[in-house]
Amino acid sequence: MLPRYFYNFSTFMSMFPHNYLIYGADVSIVGATALIIFVLTYFKKWKWLWDNWITTVDHKRIGIMYILAAFAMFFRGGTDGLLMRTQLALPNLHFLSAQHYDEIFTTHGTIMILFMAMPMLIGLINVAVPLQIGARDVAFPYLNAISFWTFFFGAMLFNISFVFGGSPDAGWTSYAPLSELQFDPGPGENYYLLGLQLAGIGTIATGVNFLVTILKMRAPGMTLMKMPQFTWATLITSIIIIFAFPVLTVALALLTIDRLAGAHFFTIAAGGMPMMWVNLFWIWGHPEVYIVILPAFGILSDVISTFSGKKIFGYTAMVVSLAAIAALSFTVWVHHFFTMGAGAAVNSFFGVSTMLIAIPTGVKIFNWLFTMYRGRIRFTTPMLWALAFIPTFVVGGMTGVMLAVAPADYQYHNSYFLVSHFHYVLIGGTVFGAFAGIYYWWPKMFGHKLNERLGRWHVGTFVLFFNMTFFPMYIVGLMGMTRRMYTYPSGLGWTALNLIETIGAFGQGASMMIMAVNIVRSIKFGERDVTGDIWDGRTLEWSTTSPAAEYNFSVLPQVTSVDEWWEEKKRGVVRPDHATFKPIHMPNNSGWPFLIGLSFFIAGFGLVFNWWLSAIVGALGIITFLFLRSFDYNTDHYIPVDEVKRVEAAAGR
Amino acid sequence: MAYSIPSDDHEHAIDTSGPLEYSTEENKLKILGFWVFLGAEFVLFSCLFATYIVLHGNTAGGPTSQQLYDVNGFMTETMLLLVSSFTSGLAIHAMRNNQKNQMIVWWIITMGLGAGFVGMEISEFVHYVSIGATISRSAFLSGFFTLVGTHGAHVTLGFFWMLSILIQIIRKGITPITARKAFVVSLYWHFLDVVWIFIFTVVYLTGKVV
Amino acid sequence: MDTSHHDGYEHTAVSTHREGFPWKDIIGLVLSLALTFTSLHIVLTHALPIGALITAIVVLAVFQLFVQLFLFMHLTEKTGTRSNIGAMAFGLFVAFTIVAGSIWIMAFNSSSS
Repeated sequence: MLPRYFYNFSTFMSMFPHNYLIYGADVSIVGATALIIFVLTYFKKWKWLWDNWITTVDHKRIGIMYILAAFAMFFRGGTDGLLMRTQLALPNLHFLSAQHYDEIFTTHGTIMILFMAMPMLIGLINVAVPLQIGARDVAFPYLNAISFWTFFFGAMLFNISFVFGGSPDAGWTSYAPLSELQFDPGPGENYYLLGLQLAGIGTIATGVNFLVTILKMRAPGMTLMKMPQFTWATLITSIIIIFAFPVLTVALALLTIDRLAGAHFFTIAAGGMPMMWVNLFWIWGHPEVYIVILPAFGILSDVISTFSGKKIFGYTAMVVSLAAIAALSFTVWVHHFFTMGAGAAVNSFFGVSTMLIAIPTGVKIFNWLFTMYRGRIRFTTPMLWALAFIPTFVVGGMTGVMLAVAPADYQYHNSYFLVSHFHYVLIGGTVFGAFAGIYYWWPKMFGHKLNERLGRWHVGTFVLFFNMTFFPMYIVGLMGMTRRMYTYPSGLGWTALNLIETIGAFGQGASMMIMAVNIVRSIKFGERDVTGDIWDGRTLEWSTTSPAAEYNFSVLPQVTSVDEWWEEKKRGVVRPDHATFKPIHMPNNSGWPFLIGLSFFIAGFGLVFNWWLSAIVGALGIITFLFLRSFDYNTDHYIPVDEVKRVEAAAGR
Repeated sequence: MAYSIPSDDHEHAIDTSGPLEYSTEENKLKILGFWVFLGAEFVLFSCLFATYIVLHGNTAGGPTSQQLYDVNGFMTETMLLLVSSFTSGLAIHAMRNNQKNQMIVWWIITMGLGAGFVGMEISEFVHYVSIGATISRSAFLSGFFTLVGTHGAHVTLGFFWMLSILIQIIRKGITPITARKAFVVSLYWHFLDVVWIFIFTVVYLTGKVV
Repeated sequence: MDTSHHDGYEHTAVSTHREGFPWKDIIGLVLSLALTFTSLHIVLTHALPIGALITAIVVLAVFQLFVQLFLFMHLTEKTGTRSNIGAMAFGLFVAFTIVAGSIWIMAFNSSSS
């Protein structure tokens, strides 16, 4: 049925065994590393890198590093996605071997959720939340640096797997008993367990940090119900992180103990229960879904309110919905494994609790629409992402309710219908939201805007190709195509749809190139933000300079209402008098967090290969650095008044 | 937006009317942060408990809990940890009354009791392993060693943490910073006793009857 | 290392706050011992049928949890925030959900086979 040249194409591709791809990747990694080392050495930037970035405890710089790392991971995960789509473009392709395909879908899922979506959002939280609440820093700046470096080294540990020893290949959910030593020997699965463990430790610390920051460090007068919506979303997300991530810690630890010490938690032999892994994984895994969507909701609330020129509609209802989603998120996890065969009572309970979540989510959707209603809408790039988000997320959300119907789920389970559902909510929700945030706060981070025209092209093409990739998946899913299928025969009616999906996927890749061009081009040509308020914003982050000074605010703002900065502009802006400046207390930079992260990496790498010496050296490193820090009492300094005056004057204030 | 001047440097003002560990804003932040961390630890242990309970009956022909657990042994462990929780409370009480020497005495007693607890637990584990009840014998034993062992590892870490704070108290005296550090360790120590109450009840006592 | 400007207050700050006899701690110890030995007694004498017995000792353990939280850890002490109580409460809610939910869900082995 297909033209002959397609068959020729497939024969051509099969001439490249997967090893060549890996060798190619190896060469490019070595090349890129050598290039970075050369550039840093040639331009004598090592000290600059150490002093300004590696040892920094400034939340804005840590946020930027999170976002950079997330983009690198987006590239990696996106490449994995394109490889998968290439493999599935046509029936009976052997572009990848079955084993390599398993590895690719495992790393794609794991990286996109844990090393792309979360750090992207945590980066934006770091950049914006302390500014939104009028604080000089987070509650625990040093801990914040530890969070970043454990995440970073966790991501590195996971990513070196395909260079040293082989990638994990049991899926991002890593279900036992497949992920047990008996069926999955080799270091790949250990990389998964330890890389995630490191990143998870950092995430718990971030949760604690932002919860305390938001509860205790708001500017005077900012009561909880005067906080910006993104800050509310971060507060609720922090709570979910704190109480969900320890479950992942335990699940990973137990499987690690099974694999390294021969225990029998999830094995088939000696009384182990593989389904207990599934149970623990999803007790964390479902709240995790809300951890990556709620901050996106918060960004969209702020963006929609700003570019509609109106206060958010139903502020209290928005907050109550967030809290309701958070509480419910801990009571729905079984809907990921209805087909396990728990009793009817169990499945009914968890089906109903899942459907309940649609209520607060629906409230939020309507409130966004009502915020725009009769507003003076400005169609900026962040706003376009928000507009694209609403219909896309509704499609994803409604198919989620379909999946929550336990009897029907027996049909949808593990089909491409499910794959499409979670891409609609994770891309249509999280990624669109994160991109809205990136475009929105870019001037606050770097002092210049991204180009609006290229931004519009980015939104338009991405939304188009996104739907082209994922909408056909609903259909092939209902036609019976299952998830994680390595290849499929022709004649099932799946071929055309799969080909469209693949073309869409490459279209998304091309669309991301527009963004890359935009970023590079805007460094030189982007509109400069001289006022600090380039969007005519409503919340406090727009009251300070862009980028904000190390200390954020020369004098802490006094808050009287929601959208404080907007009200202030209506009353007439009064810049603080230089005579009122006082020395500002700030934390010192520190190299320990980097070294602690490195020690975790050494310990983790040792455990992957059962090299106990390396594991012990790493563990001793962690303990030593923690003790040295405990005995260090010289941890902070004051910025003198003259310095504050100089910086403010330079910014024209 | 009016700009308030007095609130500007509230972070490092010292308020000496209450206990010293709450005397600065930074201390209050850190103590609250630690409480939140303990909330996370509750969840961590609850997962280990859930796993142990689910796997409790899966002995795979190996020793059962009724055969293994020794009432005298776990009661002694319980007493050691319970009394150490009490003595660490007395140490904080002495600290709040600015009685440095008394504080150090109670602190060292607490550490001694903690070390005794860890020693007993290690000998219990060694005994089990010596009779073939190892972590890889059955799912039940995997759950047991991991739950009780994680608690034991926490106590061991707490012991060395207390040691480091003891040195700082001896060198620097009772200051807002050392008082806060000592208070935080004491919270951790009480928390470990709370976890042990549930290990005592759910693992050992229940394990004797089911 | 301690050469920073806070040297001054580091060594001079003495709280005016004083506490009297440690009644709370002593009452806490006595209650904890009483609860512990009551549990032990119930188990050693098999005083109750098995289901009631386990329920009883778990309830006693929960009592002891509150003894520790309120009498030893000073959970409700005035510190300018109630957030620590919220953290404990939500932590206990999630912990309960996990334990009870897992036991319920993982019972599928015995019910469906």
